[in-house]
Amino acid sequence: MEILLALSISVMTAAGVFLTLRARTFPVVLGLTLLAYAVNLFLFSMGRLQIGLPSVIDPQQGGYTDPLPQALVLTAIVIAFGMTAFLIVLALKARAELGNDHVDGLHLAADEIDESAEKPKTRHSSNRKKFTKRDKRR
Amino acid sequence: MNLLAFNLPIVVLLPFIAAAAAAYSAKFNRLAAAWVSGIATIISLALLIPAAAAIFGGETIIQNWNWLHQAGLQFAFRLDGLAMLFSFLILIIGLLVIIYARWYLAAKDSMGRFFAYLMMFMGSMLGIVMSENLIQLVVFWELTSITSFLLISYWQHRKDAREGARMALAITGAGGLALLGGVILLGHIVGSYQLSDVLASGDLIRNHELYLPTLILILLAVFTKSAQFPFHFWLPHAMAAPTPVSAYLHSATMVKAGIFLLARFFPALSGTDAWMWLVGGAGMATLLIGAYTALFKHDLKGLLAYSTISHLGLITLLFGFSSQFATVAAIFHIINHATFKASLFMVAGIIDHETGSRDMRKLNGLLKYMPHTAALAIIASLAMAGVPLLNGFLSKEMFFAEAVSFSQGNSFAWIIPVLVTIAGVFSVAYSLRFVHDVFFNGEPIDLPRTPHEPPRFMKIPVDLLVIVCLAVGILPMYTVAPILDIAVTASLQSTPPEYSLALWHGVNLPLIMSAIALGVGALVYFRRKPLIANYERHEHINAKQYFQKILAAVIRFSEWLSARFDKGSLQNAAAWTLFATLVISAYGFISFNSPLLGDRTLLPMEPVSMIAAAVIIVASILTLAWHRQRLQSLIVIGVVGLITSLVFVKFSAPDLALTQLSVEVVTIVLLLLALYFLPQTTPKETGMSRLGRDALLAIASGIGVFLFTMMVLSRDFSSISEYFLANSVPGGGGTNVVNVILVDFRGFDTLGEIIVLALAGLGIYAMLQGLHINPHSRFRINADAHPVILQTFSRLMLPLMLLVAVFIFLRGHNLPGGGFIAGLIASVALIVVYLSNGIEWTQSRLRVDMHMVIGFGLLIATTTGLAAMLVGYPFLTSAFSHIHWPVVGDFELASAIAFDLGVFLVVVGSSVISLVQLGQLSHKPENPEGV
Repeated sequence: MEILLALSISVMTAAGVFLTLRARTFPVVLGLTLLAYAVNLFLFSMGRLQIGLPSVIDPQQGGYTDPLPQALVLTAIVIAFGMTAFLIVLALKARAELGNDHVDGLHLAADEIDESAEKPKTRHSSNRKKFTKRDKRR
Repeated sequence: MNLLAFNLPIVVLLPFIAAAAAAYSAKFNRLAAAWVSGIATIISLALLIPAAAAIFGGETIIQNWNWLHQAGLQFAFRLDGLAMLFSFLILIIGLLVIIYARWYLAAKDSMGRFFAYLMMFMGSMLGIVMSENLIQLVVFWELTSITSFLLISYWQHRKDAREGARMALAITGAGGLALLGGVILLGHIVGSYQLSDVLASGDLIRNHELYLPTLILILLAVFTKSAQFPFHFWLPHAMAAPTPVSAYLHSATMVKAGIFLLARFFPALSGTDAWMWLVGGAGMATLLIGAYTALFKHDLKGLLAYSTISHLGLITLLFGFSSQFATVAAIFHIINHATFKASLFMVAGIIDHETGSRDMRKLNGLLKYMPHTAALAIIASLAMAGVPLLNGFLSKEMFFAEAVSFSQGNSFAWIIPVLVTIAGVFSVAYSLRFVHDVFFNGEPIDLPRTPHEPPRFMKIPVDLLVIVCLAVGILPMYTVAPILDIAVTASLQSTPPEYSLALWHGVNLPLIMSAIALGVGALVYFRRKPLIANYERHEHINAKQYFQKILAAVIRFSEWLSARFDKGSLQNAAAWTLFATLVISAYGFISFNSPLLGDRTLLPMEPVSMIAAAVIIVASILTLAWHRQRLQSLIVIGVVGLITSLVFVKFSAPDLALTQLSVEVVTIVLLLLALYFLPQTTPKETGMSRLGRDALLAIASGIGVFLFTMMVLSRDFSSISEYFLANSVPGGGGTNVVNVILVDFRGFDTLGEIIVLALAGLGIYAMLQGLHINPHSRFRINADAHPVILQTFSRLMLPLMLLVAVFIFLRGHNLPGGGFIAGLIASVALIVVYLSNGIEWTQSRLRVDMHMVIGFGLLIATTTGLAAMLVGYPFLTSAFSHIHWPVVGDFELASAIAFDLGVFLVVVGSSVISLVQLGQLSHKPENPEGV
């Protein structure tokens, strides 16, 4: 059973890390959310896995699981929500102010191809011009 | 309560309060700043006086408050003879400088800023001399570096002031860092950071293998602060400060802080060869270089700066002699130098103020324009030269005597009396130059202003200091002897040797050396023209130039280094951070030399769990694979979150399962709302090297986490939770241990966490204010935005869901539930209503300002904690009792439930404010042009 949990945590971590390293805000937020799940499960499992022994005091029960990691993780889940909410709004703000959702505020990075044909091409080129100027200033 | 139990911290902290008051009061009246500073100084002095009787009786007052005493951190003050002497110097000369500065500063200079800086500096100096805890001493030491930086750069418009201040900060700041290192080593050797313990363990320290590094680090601090060779070059550049600052910093305070450390640590560190060579060598070099260079400075303050360097060298050299008599001489000279040098700086300031120049080539014959000032300057200069009947003579005689007695130990040491006599010769020569060149020697040469006497109050501080020079010089036994005696006792930590402060010791070698110094010095002065011409023909090392070159190189290097790592790209920075984490973890794995897995029996696998794990894994991979199609990837990440909550159910964590489930709903709704305004797809990345790098980092992280989790889970451990399990019912009054930990045992943590949550909610609100954003793509929105069935059901469900929230909340202390979960459930209930009925409809019925909800939540949580303090328990102590309600039955009422209510309100407020603000964005009038 422990192996299953460890596998799940590690796949979530790997996927989370890869997404966190992406260039656009939305995948980064998803990546951090995945990482948060993984971290929460990991911290929780530090109390070792117990089945059917919730830490609610009951004289009939034979033992209890470790309540401390649970208390830590409970607040961690809520804080992770607060962080996700803050980040996604930050992403919105960035898009509103910079006109795009690249994490560095660039419209199209050098190694990206925008396949979506939602908008006319002219806007892209004008935007790109604007942002290359910005690049040089850096 | 006895004043002597708590007066020292007040003496130290009062100047800081006065600094704020001075800065504020100067808004209304510029002179108020000076009054506030002066009065605060007098109060500090008055608070110190009651302790004087005990100190003169030989006691040491220590006032101690524990802070983190396990880590050696205490808020501890100490007053003994040495601290008393320095405090008096700091406060009395400080008071004189305040009076002087009030007349010195021009109308365009900001009084408030000046006095605020000056008072902060005074407080920091008092903190150094009165600290019992060494870490606390370092903090005040750093504060003097920072406040002196502010004082030196007071005339910010001047380039030389800014550069001089930066140089002083860099040099003394580096010394402060060294001091921290030295003090930590001392603490390591002695096992305590309390000065009393350190001073009592001199032999332990001197015989410890870390003695030399400790000594070198502390001496670096001393030499940088007290401008000892080779760090002396910052002091002349600090002369760009206003003259009252120079008078204060370079006579009695800043530069004496280093010397103070020598006196303070004398019993702990002195007496070894290393001490003698390092302290004595630096002192001798500084004494000679300072005395020689001073003669050739045409600037009045430049002359005084090098003379200060030279006198500091003299005192350091005395400490280097490492004898008890030498310590007497050193402390005596500290007092004398402070008095005559402060008065000379003030005279230089008066001359500058009234003539507009400090150049001795222009200043001549001022005697007839300002006879009173001239008289003061002449007396103070002669004290500096060491002429009999003045205080400088007495300590200089003692210094010569020590040099002579030290030379008898060793066949090469005859050179020491010769060298100190040479220094004496130059000291007489530059003192004469200060008198003769300025006040006699013909007529002034095109001065900007016609010289005249300064305002009366500018001279009064100088008058008083000069009177002290005379009184100490003529009647040492009746003036300086008592305080010198207790200061020496405190510095040596033992009874001082028998010494005599008499004027006349008969014709002996020191007297002959003094006579030579006076005679040859006068000769050198009157033959100065060829000497000066010769000095100016040669190139001299320009320390400032080297300093600035080194500084520029250091800055270039760090810019180059940061540019390697920080390319202004988040991806790059995140990759480096991950890489560094992986390297450190890999090191941990490699150096771990037990078997990888432990021998704890693992739980058996069963099919349902295997399916759940498979779903998590597949959903995570799909989130990754579909990440360019954002909606799809958001849907599968929701699956991951839901299965995670099942994991919590499986492994005995009902509270977590409930929390995860409700958070999941809120998160996904929030992300969906946000996605409305973001592009629906992500552009394809083509950089294979970057993708490959990221894949490697991701896989390595995954493997590392897998190994680490398995390593931990296959081993047994001892938990600290036994305490929580045992005390939950008797101590916290609840059977749900997780909740009791949250609201009671670790309530302070929870308080911190809800504050973070509140800030996130308010931050989101702030960011979304005035934000104009339009959906990135054209959505085909259903004309029926709020379907009737959904509306009806949500309205029906709302009371039910709120009831569930109340139920979960109330039972939380004993069964799974509590403020966090109830808050999330209530948020979900409200959000559903908002979604199905629209924001206007809901807000017209739910007239609650979510800001207020957050605020009330925090208020309730904090008040619960403070209520416990009011009745004398630590913050957030919980009280509970069982009451019998008619219908409900036996019900437990714990004060923790009030705290939990605060948690509930903050969670509801933050979640609802975030979602509603985001939802409202789409209600803004649309701009057809797009972004």
